[in-house]
Amino acid sequence: MTTSRETILARIGSALTDVPKTERYDAAAISRDYRASHAGGHDVTALFAERAADYRATVTRTVHAPTAIAAALAERVPASLIIPDGFPAQWLPDEGGPRRLADRPPLSVRELDAAAGVLTTCAVAIAVTGTLVLDAGPGQGRRALSLLPDYHLCVVRAAQIAEDVPEALRRLNPRRPLTFISGPSATSDIELERVEGVHGPRTLDIVIVEPTTPAPGEAA
Amino acid sequence: MSGTHTSGGVVWLGSPAFPEAARSAVADTRLRTNLRKATGTIRDKRVAAAAELDDWEELRTAAAAIKRATLRHLDHHLLRLEESVTAVGGTVHWAADAAEANRIVTRLVRATGETEVVKVKSMATQEIGLNEALAAAGITAYETDLAELIVQLDDDRPSHILVPAIHRGRAEIREIFRERMGEWGKPAPEGLTDDPRQLAEAARSHLREKFLNTKVAVSGANFAAADTGTVAVVESEGNGRMCLTLPETLITVMGIEKVLPSFADLEVFLQLLPRSSTGERMNPYTSMWTGTVPGDGPRAFHLVLLDNGRTATLRDTVGRQTLGCIRCSACLNVCPVYERTGGHAYGSPYPGPIGAVLTPQLAGVERAASLPFASTLCGACYDACPVKIDIPEVLVHLRARAVDAARGGSLPTPESLAMKAAALTLATPRRLSFAQRAGALGSRLLARRGVLRRLPGPLHRWSDTRDTPAPPRETFRAWWRRTRPENQ
Ligand code: SF4
Repeated sequence: MTTSRETILARIGSALTDVPKTERYDAAAISRDYRASHAGGHDVTALFAERAADYRATVTRTVHAPTAIAAALAERVPASLIIPDGFPAQWLPDEGGPRRLADRPPLSVRELDAAAGVLTTCAVAIAVTGTLVLDAGPGQGRRALSLLPDYHLCVVRAAQIAEDVPEALRRLNPRRPLTFISGPSATSDIELERVEGVHGPRTLDIVIVEPTTPAPGEAA
Repeated sequence: MSGTHTSGGVVWLGSPAFPEAARSAVADTRLRTNLRKATGTIRDKRVAAAAELDDWEELRTAAAAIKRATLRHLDHHLLRLEESVTAVGGTVHWAADAAEANRIVTRLVRATGETEVVKVKSMATQEIGLNEALAAAGITAYETDLAELIVQLDDDRPSHILVPAIHRGRAEIREIFRERMGEWGKPAPEGLTDDPRQLAEAARSHLREKFLNTKVAVSGANFAAADTGTVAVVESEGNGRMCLTLPETLITVMGIEKVLPSFADLEVFLQLLPRSSTGERMNPYTSMWTGTVPGDGPRAFHLVLLDNGRTATLRDTVGRQTLGCIRCSACLNVCPVYERTGGHAYGSPYPGPIGAVLTPQLAGVERAASLPFASTLCGACYDACPVKIDIPEVLVHLRARAVDAARGGSLPTPESLAMKAAALTLATPRRLSFAQRAGALGSRLLARRGVLRRLPGPLHRWSDTRDTPAPPRETFRAWWRRTRPENQ
């Protein structure tokens, strides 16, 4: 009996009779005359800050992470804050502020849903598009952590900011689960009016830590 | 509870042919106002977002080249994808047609013992009528995109690829939520107004329970990289992230044409797709996953590779390019016919210019013979398309096929010769601007000569409404160049 796999492959084979048998897919033959980057020589940190803010994320640049994080938390006053494993301890403000939750042992979805906020690092950021990319690495935790709480505070080291999409993809490891985040969740489904916040966090704050701070001892 | 809002298949059963459906849609002034406002807004945003990249043309050229080269070796890339996905813990299934895909998904859901699934926008599952098939097996599928939710609660059909409820105004949405949400789960809050913010909030809390409880998700896919086995879903609301992250089992139904040779190719499409569809530099969320990851997300991942007419489309060397479509919906938003008729008139989950070429190819020209005529051949869709699908060229080609089919493929009729001549014209260099002039001219000529009136039933009726909007004297490209010199 022929399987559907064989059927489909046979159909494809007979559909492509115009393709010479000797022809092979050649990635190098594809013209890629587009730019490697649209950052246009801009300062990538400034560009990222501006573009992320365009999505109505609140962006702060700082040389001292604990101060900026404490200020953001004082503004938003989440009742509780998930802090994933591997979040640099030296970035955390002194005790006080929201109740801190660790995902160890893993929080249930109910507990995640009940948490008010989450504080994470990221893997890469993209200047031209104002995008954060999380890869579930240290300080980020599994994907659900940055999804269910209504408030997401993300800390980016300036060195993590790639100029544009191509560079960002090269820096990422596709074997890890990747989440590209460009502003708070949004919908334009009702008369095309943009409404921030449907299922993902409705508030997104970004703190960019600039290089005069000694880089924390985590991998890039 | 009513769960059968659409009848399955590429062509919705019982849908009138385009001319009849279009006539009643055109007569609906509220629909037209909604549509004009919506497509106008989105069009301006798209133009601005594309203009921001001075190498937009080069990106389009690369995207078209990748898609076309991939399709020429589709079997090779699919086998590679299968190998990569399998290597990272996923299971690949092949479905030759809609019925088989539905059987596979139903069996996979049954094996989990669950009777509910959450779904994130997937045109492929609309195309195969998955919700109805699951309902028949006692499984309820919950749509989770805001617009799909509106459509599902209302027992309606989507009318736009990106904004399926584009035909509904806020007051109507409030009524739908108030009347129907309770039947499906958590009811709408007391005192719900028609403020979009409140409506979004109502959807958030209605669906949150489903996300937290449901153990199985069904998704579509925007892209899948053959070299790494990475699958990508591009979205805005976060319902995609919910479906891709919280359930234990994830079933992704993907048309075979979505495969890309490599993860690196995403650099082209992630730049083109958001700017072309919502006019944003980047959509709020894109999720990419490669198989399963212990302790993070679904424990089981199934990828269903769907043919359902795609290999037949591949066979047609002119129509083949249609398979490069990344479903951005830019062509809908620029189409003068779509703006007047809306999506339902196309009688298929794929509306607008892309639907006019894709539906007849997937379903067979004879089953959607009026669709290739649902265009003025103005060329705006080609100009907007981020993967440079020459929709006018395919339309003219399919018209010839529709005419042949109507004649039983025997003696060529004068009109089939005319269409074939046009197809030849389109194949010559400088074809676009020429084709536009020829198209605008041709439609007037054909109408005047009454050729269309000799076509079979539906085509005959189409000719009545076809004359109503006068073909533009100035082509879209000419107008474009005149009014926006800064945009190439
Ligand atoms: S045909 Fe082109 S413009 Fe239309 S939806 Fe597909 S990719 Fe977008």
